[in-house]
Amino acid sequence: MAGLGDQPRTHVELAGVSKHFGAVRALDGVSLSIARGSIHALVGENGAGKSTLGKIVAGVLAPDAGRLLLDGEEVALRSPREALVRGVAAIGQEVNVVPQLTVEENVFLGAEPRGAGFVSRRALRRRYEQLAETAGLNLPAATPAGRLAPAEQQKVEILRALARNAELIVMDEPTAALGAEETAQLHEIVRSLARAGRTVLLVSHFLREVLALADEVTVLRDGQVVRTAPAGEQTEDSLIHAMLGRPLTAAFPPKRAASEDALAVLTVRDLHAPHVEGVSLTVHAGEIVALAGLVGAGRTELARAVYGAARPTAGSVELATGDALSGGPRARLRAGVAMIPESRKEDGLLLGRSVTENVSLASLGAVSRYGFVRRGAERRRTREALDRWTVRADSLGSPASSLSGGNQQKLLFARVLLCGPKVLLADEPTRGVDIGAKRAIYDLLAALADEGLGVLLISSELEEVLGLAHRVLVMRAGRIVDELAGEQMTESAVLAAAFAA
Amino acid sequence: MSAAAGMPRRRPMHPSHPAERLRATGIALPFVALFVTLSIASSSFLTKVNLLNILDQQAATLIIAAAGTLVLVAGGIDLSVGAVYSLAGVTGAELASRTSPVVAIVLGVGVGLAVGLVNGLVVTRLRINALIATLAMSFVVSGLGTLITHGNLVVLFEHPEFGDLARTHIFGVKSSIWIALVAVVVIGVLLARTTAGRYMYASGGNAEAARLAGVRVDAMRVLTFVVSGGAAGLAGVIDASRVLSAQAASGDTLAFTVLAGIVVGGTSILGGEGAVWRTFLGVLFIALIGNGYDLLGLDPLYEQITLGVILLTAVAIDSWARSRPDR
Repeated sequence: MAGLGDQPRTHVELAGVSKHFGAVRALDGVSLSIARGSIHALVGENGAGKSTLGKIVAGVLAPDAGRLLLDGEEVALRSPREALVRGVAAIGQEVNVVPQLTVEENVFLGAEPRGAGFVSRRALRRRYEQLAETAGLNLPAATPAGRLAPAEQQKVEILRALARNAELIVMDEPTAALGAEETAQLHEIVRSLARAGRTVLLVSHFLREVLALADEVTVLRDGQVVRTAPAGEQTEDSLIHAMLGRPLTAAFPPKRAASEDALAVLTVRDLHAPHVEGVSLTVHAGEIVALAGLVGAGRTELARAVYGAARPTAGSVELATGDALSGGPRARLRAGVAMIPESRKEDGLLLGRSVTENVSLASLGAVSRYGFVRRGAERRRTREALDRWTVRADSLGSPASSLSGGNQQKLLFARVLLCGPKVLLADEPTRGVDIGAKRAIYDLLAALADEGLGVLLISSELEEVLGLAHRVLVMRAGRIVDELAGEQMTESAVLAAAFAA
Repeated sequence: MSAAAGMPRRRPMHPSHPAERLRATGIALPFVALFVTLSIASSSFLTKVNLLNILDQQAATLIIAAAGTLVLVAGGIDLSVGAVYSLAGVTGAELASRTSPVVAIVLGVGVGLAVGLVNGLVVTRLRINALIATLAMSFVVSGLGTLITHGNLVVLFEHPEFGDLARTHIFGVKSSIWIALVAVVVIGVLLARTTAGRYMYASGGNAEAARLAGVRVDAMRVLTFVVSGGAAGLAGVIDASRVLSAQAASGDTLAFTVLAGIVVGGTSILGGEGAVWRTFLGVLFIALIGNGYDLLGLDPLYEQITLGVILLTAVAIDSWARSRPDR
């Protein structure tokens, strides 16, 4: 498929593409070309413009300036639908399937084989089976898509793109919501797409993924191309250097060992809750304990049960005082347990409300009198908290949605830390934040442990688990199946415990 | 999880977004424009009599809509206010014809508070969608009202002392207006300045986030329904006092008038956003349109069409402001 000569044909070309959002310059004169049948990765910090670029190619956004050429022909894509007609399909990080419709209906949504205006179910099934076979993706045709796991739903989207004969597939963080096994599967699919001559534009945060998959990598910083280079010539360090404009000194803050006789600040005994099948664990003051495991192993459910967000059916949660905790999140917060939820948008932020309101929400009592909010005191305290935990916000009055992912996450830290917790449950605290902010969050977690907090960290990034934690508890199927500390804490040991049948 | 987390797509509320600015100034501009237009177009508009008359007529709607704003902000909706208004009116009127006006007023408002409490408990405890729960409740309450009056008009012309509640002049302004203004200010302060108000915004904006931050979301929702019920009760009693009569069907369309005022003011039907001062202007905006049609002698047929178009415009602006700038 790769053209007539030996030279790979250019499939996509961008020339001087710029895009503004209000005063924010998202892309500034980006030029880049992508060879047909290649996997081209876009990397950069949050806000560097990589998703914006992906959206322009996919017709979701129109550029303010510059040209987009497909196969040498200038095109103006005004909508994803137009892009689809030109053979461009987009697969976002959020899965877009209609949960009530079956897999096959989703795949052919909007392009159903019809006879006299009615959908021909038999033709639908036949075409679906053909397509699934060619693509090598096995999904039950008649199952409602809503019942599938996220990774399977993503396959539905890929099939949908293939059903429209998409030549170019733009993938924005396709593995962000996937576990290790599912990620590996998706990687294989991406490779096979390229082998079949389709071009993949991969927007990704995960440098390892990029290095493993891509033929070429384009690094963006502040809306400009830093460089485009063959992936084989790049390393994680070289990419980070290019993304940040400086080398990242150390990925993790130094670990300070918790003292031997440190108090147990959190003791969980035989806790049962949905997807939690009898978990016992202890976290000491000054200690970071990581919960590792595959997606679906019950880590988030465990954290939510400890926090009282999901009611435990049996077992107890005790603090240093030895009293068993009861009640919901409100009671836990007062007792000194805080949680950073897994999804900051769904379970954390009031996106439309101001930074101040978001920060003070959990501790409003401290800045109010007779039920009235003392707004001056509230602003002062918020300002202090933001400075202390290095949250960058234009103004305290701007909505939480205007912050970057990293700052949103730090805002949630500020919110719960103002309650003065003894125990912090942090569920995927660095998910979807850029490298600079990641390091800041690592530093914050380490500093909190230094101050004597007990931290229970849930993370799907193994590096993070190994780099931060004093101890690692590996969960599988709702139980803790292994505990690793010191020398035992290796990638292979964690993976072995997580995957073991 | 998402590379786009900090990307412009996720910045729907960027202050420079035109729809966001439009919503921020919101109802104030069109209100002033309409006010000025009417002042120029009709010599009888900008007179003390006319303006006070509008406020007097809108007293009940203003009180209910101010409270309804809380319900909407906290993520609920209260369609029972019209029925509660009627029930409180006839309860108050019946009692006023037998006992002292004070008892009549207190129990009239009490009926509203009680229905509000039931609404709140049904919505939060039984987890029934607020729209359906309060719609069902409106039938029940409406039926109770008819039961009390046997379908008749309750007339109080022999008990003019009950009229003092709404008809006493203070500084040349009727007490109905004073009560409405005080109610609007108190409810407005509750929402804008108190911790309870903050929790209402949080509960309506993101209930799960609020719960995880220790907010008693259900308690806040119940509170908003109680305030709404109490406000509808007060409004019913005031109107009964204003016209010295009451009937069970008087509030049949009131719930929708109230909702229209709230939404035209710019409070989001989806919860988490809104303000009482907006509702105040929204209700009066609609009232001014009606007044304008009267004063200018326009065909009242078009009044409803105008209202509908304005309502759609308000909702469109809200959804435009919520939508992402790049979509």
